[in-house]
Amino acid sequence: MVPLNYYLILSAIVFAIGVVGVLIRRNLIVVLMSIELMLNAVNLTFIAFARQLGSMAGQVAVFFVLSVAAAEAVIGLAIIISVFRHRRTLDPQEMQLLKW
Amino acid sequence: MNAATVIFFILASLLVISSLMVVFLRRVVHCAIALVTALLLMAILFVSLQAPMVGVLQVMVYAGAIMVLFLFVIMFLNPSALEQPSAAWWGLAVVLSALLGACLVPLFSHYEPGDNPVTSTELFGSPEVLAKSLFGEFVLPFEIASVLLLVAIVGAVVLAKREHASDGAA
Repeated sequence: MVPLNYYLILSAIVFAIGVVGVLIRRNLIVVLMSIELMLNAVNLTFIAFARQLGSMAGQVAVFFVLSVAAAEAVIGLAIIISVFRHRRTLDPQEMQLLKW
Repeated sequence: MNAATVIFFILASLLVISSLMVVFLRRVVHCAIALVTALLLMAILFVSLQAPMVGVLQVMVYAGAIMVLFLFVIMFLNPSALEQPSAAWWGLAVVLSALLGACLVPLFSHYEPGDNPVTSTELFGSPEVLAKSLFGEFVLPFEIASVLLLVAIVGAVVLAKREHASDGAA
């Protein structure tokens, strides 16, 4: 059986890659995809601990993370479409109307 | 090193490669395809961790519904036509994220699970057990999640709707 630490290290690596995507990409759609990647890395941690501790609470938590991620993707893409209609850009650095 | 570990390392390396492709590929459609690959590999990892129901949900919700949504939006907006070069401070961002990973990895590799043995019955992770837990202990968060999904549906329709006579009312 594969030890728990391997799964945790893998999820840490995937999470860090997702952080890179959020920080360096200048395309809102790819930024949203990187957020989905980070959410999935956290899901892997939940599932690994659920198996390790023999508790179903981790898998139920993943279920809720899935539904929240679906809602987040829908709302995020709707906001992207709305912003693109007004500004003709997907660059997050162009959207600084609220910058102080 | 037994067969399960070998399979895990194959899956893990493929997952890391496809995650890197999501972040570093230029064209957005290629990023989306790499993300589908990563999500499917993640679903296989879930199944290998005795969570077959969550793996199936992952394939249906993520690799199915959410990715179709992403591809629809990519198709509508054609964002690769206006692709910008990456941000000027991307080197700093990569270094910071590598630092984050370098902090997280030792933290996790020193984790001691204690004497708690792995209780792996045949039914663990099956839809039956998951549903009993979901509708018993976690029924209130489940109802709140349904309200959240309703709000998301209404919000998405309102946000993406074409405005007619209303000027500026987003």
